[in-house]
Amino acid sequence: MVSASRPRIIVLRAPGTNCDLETAYAFQKAGGLPEILHINRVTESPATLLQAQIFCIPGGFSYGDDLAAGQVLAVRLQKYIGDVLREFHQRGGLILGICNGFQALLKSGLLLAPDSRGPVATLTWNDSHRFEDRWVTLAAQPGKCVFLAGIETMELPVAHAEGKFVPRDVQVLEQLQNSGQLVLRYTARRGEKVVQYPANPNGSIADVAGVCDPTGRIFGLMPHPERHIDPTQHPQWTRQEKLPEVGHGMAVFQNAVRYFQ
Amino acid sequence: MTLWEVEIRPAEGQFDFEAHRVLSESADLQLGIPSAYARRGYLVQCDEPVDIVRSIAGQVLADPIVECLEVGPLGDARCFAAPAEHPQLVYVLLKPGVMDPVALTAQTTLRELGLNVNAVRTFRKYWFPPLPDDQRQVLAAKILANESIEQVVWGSLALEHLELGSPYQFRRIEVPLEEMDDEQLREFSRQKQLYLTVEEMRAVRDYFRGLGRAPTDIELETFAQTWSEHCSHKTLMGPVDYTEGQNTYRFQNLLRETIFRATEVLLQQESCRHWCVSVFRDNAGVVRFDEQWNLVFKVETHNHPSAIEPYGGANTGIGGVIRDPLGTGLGAKPIANTDVFCFAPPDTPYESLPPGVLHPRRIMKGVVAGVRDYGNRMGIPTVNGAIVFDSRYLANPLVYCGTVGLLPHRYSFKSVQPGDLIVVIGGRTGRDGIHGATFSSAELSSDSESVSGGAVQIGNPITEKMLLDVLLQARDQELYRAITDCGAGGFSSAIGEMARHLGAEVWLEKAPLKYEGLSYCEIWISESQERMILAVPPEKWPKLEQLCRAEDVEAAVIGQFNSSGKLRLLYDGHTVGELDLEFLHEGRPRPVRPARYQPSTDASFTLPPASLTDHTATLHRILSQFSVASKEWVIRQYDHEVQGASVIKPLVGVEEDGPSDAAVLRPVLDSYQGVAIACGINPRYGDFDTYAMAASAIDEAVRNCVAVGADPNRIALLDNFCWGNTERPETLGSLVRAALACRDVAIEFQTPFISGKDSLNNEFTFERGGQSESISIPGTLLISAIGIVPDVRRCVTIDVKQPGNHIFLVGHTGWEWAGTHFCLVHGLRGGRPPTVEPRRARRIFLAVFRAIRDGLVRACHDLSEGGLAVAAAEMAFAGGWGVELTLPDPACAVAPIAVADPVDDPDQWDAMWLFAESNSRFLCEVPPGSRDAFLATVQGVPVVELGKVQSHDRLVIRNQAGKVLIDAPLGDLKHSWQSPLRW
Repeated sequence: MVSASRPRIIVLRAPGTNCDLETAYAFQKAGGLPEILHINRVTESPATLLQAQIFCIPGGFSYGDDLAAGQVLAVRLQKYIGDVLREFHQRGGLILGICNGFQALLKSGLLLAPDSRGPVATLTWNDSHRFEDRWVTLAAQPGKCVFLAGIETMELPVAHAEGKFVPRDVQVLEQLQNSGQLVLRYTARRGEKVVQYPANPNGSIADVAGVCDPTGRIFGLMPHPERHIDPTQHPQWTRQEKLPEVGHGMAVFQNAVRYFQ
Repeated sequence: MTLWEVEIRPAEGQFDFEAHRVLSESADLQLGIPSAYARRGYLVQCDEPVDIVRSIAGQVLADPIVECLEVGPLGDARCFAAPAEHPQLVYVLLKPGVMDPVALTAQTTLRELGLNVNAVRTFRKYWFPPLPDDQRQVLAAKILANESIEQVVWGSLALEHLELGSPYQFRRIEVPLEEMDDEQLREFSRQKQLYLTVEEMRAVRDYFRGLGRAPTDIELETFAQTWSEHCSHKTLMGPVDYTEGQNTYRFQNLLRETIFRATEVLLQQESCRHWCVSVFRDNAGVVRFDEQWNLVFKVETHNHPSAIEPYGGANTGIGGVIRDPLGTGLGAKPIANTDVFCFAPPDTPYESLPPGVLHPRRIMKGVVAGVRDYGNRMGIPTVNGAIVFDSRYLANPLVYCGTVGLLPHRYSFKSVQPGDLIVVIGGRTGRDGIHGATFSSAELSSDSESVSGGAVQIGNPITEKMLLDVLLQARDQELYRAITDCGAGGFSSAIGEMARHLGAEVWLEKAPLKYEGLSYCEIWISESQERMILAVPPEKWPKLEQLCRAEDVEAAVIGQFNSSGKLRLLYDGHTVGELDLEFLHEGRPRPVRPARYQPSTDASFTLPPASLTDHTATLHRILSQFSVASKEWVIRQYDHEVQGASVIKPLVGVEEDGPSDAAVLRPVLDSYQGVAIACGINPRYGDFDTYAMAASAIDEAVRNCVAVGADPNRIALLDNFCWGNTERPETLGSLVRAALACRDVAIEFQTPFISGKDSLNNEFTFERGGQSESISIPGTLLISAIGIVPDVRRCVTIDVKQPGNHIFLVGHTGWEWAGTHFCLVHGLRGGRPPTVEPRRARRIFLAVFRAIRDGLVRACHDLSEGGLAVAAAEMAFAGGWGVELTLPDPACAVAPIAVADPVDDPDQWDAMWLFAESNSRFLCEVPPGSRDAFLATVQGVPVVELGKVQSHDRLVIRNQAGKVLIDAPLGDLKHSWQSPLRW
């Protein structure tokens, strides 16, 4: 993969995707060259992907989330572009899944490879059993995760019904923990030890909000970094005397773009 | 062909949410059901063996980590054994033909994975302990299913196949109308659900007598749709004789001479003309946003369907209003939704429900879920709303849905040319919603459910999202010349309206159908969702067709516009209808409707001493009123941030849970210019005077916009009238009076009305104890406002920011009690409702705007229900800092405006300052360093300093004599405000 001063980003659009424009805008502000592409164009010529450096699946309700969140998109990713995506990744490309994109990446097996017993983790219904939009405080342990480099904490919104991270069993959880893949967690705003609802908005096991693959170049997260690009997007911005230049989510996109610069 | 049952249940250790819901709701009803198991699943019809079905279904239909999946022949007891001690099995399925998006997606996906599926249906299934018959009935009707769209099957399911529909045999149907007398016409109209009056039926009959032929069924249906109250607004657009006291005035067209009149007057000003781009002529109003973009706003109601099937009614309500901006000009991109609901209180006793009426709690949950699932899936943030509770909404809940859109200047107008193709794009046509337009114009009765079941529908938001994605591309490539949505009345009203000044020929057999068997007439009047009609120049059609195919959106040519002046309907070459468009649109009789208003005498009103003893308790009680209490449970279920434009959110403050006055969005991501969206509604004032109610609603909507930073010179309004049966002169009179207030106040405020809609006949009749009873809603006017914020970085929120800052009250307080929440919680009735002095109000709005724009204000909150005390409490607990206030000297310059004031009694004065709901008032938090500049900026309007933000956590309010009137910890106040609707 050729490094470029302004990396090309493909932002995937499927029926029901609805965060594509603001996600592309965030990449553009971060210095990248985003292009929003309909999934039909990608399945028609999967090799298109190989001309980009970053592949992003944004939030939304792909195919209505009718069977389960991200499920149909996961099937289609796997069936039509799974091989190309693996090649894209092996050549050094970055893959980002936000919210519905995280759900689809995880369920397609591209983010955490299934073992002999099948999928190792899922994202399922919030403990509240309903869609919720609220801001959360996140603690990052970036490790190898390219997207989170240098980030300690972020405040971002979540907006989902099915964002509870559930590993198959304790062994899977430990293994992911030990390999440094549980890179983003919900945390209490004032530093309390136990992270209760609503600080952990969905009941995720081990407060997991985002996961990366063993290389750190595939990353999925439930919160929306593209919704905190400008400081006026924060729910408490009017309480600040002086506004910062950018919102917390900007660093995620800058990290991805800078990786190729 | 085998019918396989795919059953999915929570894996061991996973929570059974659906069983939990059923049990907790049956506990509410005291049904005494101790336990239950819930399953979901799919019926899959195909020729494949069980192993293949299981393997493919297992890949997509269930989550292997949290669910288990079982496949077997339908109902096979070996595969699907009853859990121990739970022998009672019950299935719930959507009725055949009801939109089932999940089944459609499952079918497509299973096929994609190589399973040769013929058809799929979804189901839910429950296992209970043995239940007596009466318990089963209550459970089925009240908890498990909504029988207007779902069927409940106790025991095993005896289904053999899933196919729907059978081939249609064409037969042209004529109706021998020419011989009918009045009684027969009336009966025919009722029986066929045309809901046309005898006068209208006569006009139709005479039209066909003149043509010398009998009408066909489709022609009568076309008249019924076009002349329905819903589509033609015949009451408000018709002549009215309005009598007030001794004087009678004839309106030739009520709306034109009131609401539109205000806009016409304002359009005489150059600046307003420049700003208002398109008003009252397209599917939504259009105003200018910046040099490139216009803003579009429309608010609709979907009351009648929501009463019968709350989820589907609200779902298709929001789906419908989204298509209005999309059908305005050449199509605006939806950027925000609003929702305002009126329900009966959720603690209404079950025993008091009239027959056929759903419990308000169930209606509320269903409506919220319906708006949530459609709006969220469309990727449109739901940013503003209100919920009003009053027992008179028991049988007629009101569901207002609004959509704001962003439209490039150059695509703000449309025109149809003869020769253009009529293209239907989006969803397929089925039997859904037949008679929706006429149904929504009729009164509900306890048997509405069985008569009108066909009018209830479920939406498929992803179909609409795909349609939206394609349409905006087609617009930018200029592939069509005009667009409108298929709403009530379906093709009939959409094509009839587009062809109005031209002519059209429609080929009904070309419409893509969901299933076989629809007659030409059903195709024409079906209200299937997610469809739009385009006028496409023939040379552009191939490109449009290609674009649609590229994104799997269906589009079909179903006719052509011409200049014949006639609407000609064909099915397979047979003419089934031919109508003169002029008669169709202009031929409706215009009866003069009487309206009457009797001014009430203005009795003096004093507050009884018992209501004055404990103001802290009064404050708690007002905060706990359902209409005032926190709506966080609702708000959080809506995505209010998608599209990334959110600046002022519906919940604000240090814990992000305080109420904001208005939403502010930054719709163009690289600009800091904003748009404020707010509403005003207070039907309780209308119980005393609908003029005061309408004026107050406008004031509230405008001041909410001003409170966040919108420019009062750039605020536009929308009206939505929901009223009872306007055949009664008093009911129509109360509406006329509200419309007059709209005209008067909008002119003085210089806030033009740009769009509106009405819904009449919100009444319900039923039998109780052999007596016929009826419930009418209170006349309810929703005013929605949209305003421009020059720079969002100057916006303010309601939460107090910093101890030591000053708190100012801006505006006049008066002896106005009627309809207030103070009177509500104390069971009092009397006095005058809050009025508006529009010129003074406008000066106040301009002053507050300047102060906010200049950065002198840290927090601002308008005063509404519960007055000063409630506003101060909300500012304090949202900000997390205490507030101490001292009420003004009665003799201070902020003179009350009433004449019959009890000036000698300081206790009465205290209550007025605390709880009166006078309009055009704000509380402003001002830092010490900005105090002088603030006072200079607001000079000329009434302003008084009340106190300061404190570093403690109490709200303390004293009177001039130093007596403590209110003293409460913020945590307690917040608890009173949050607990009623924290579900």
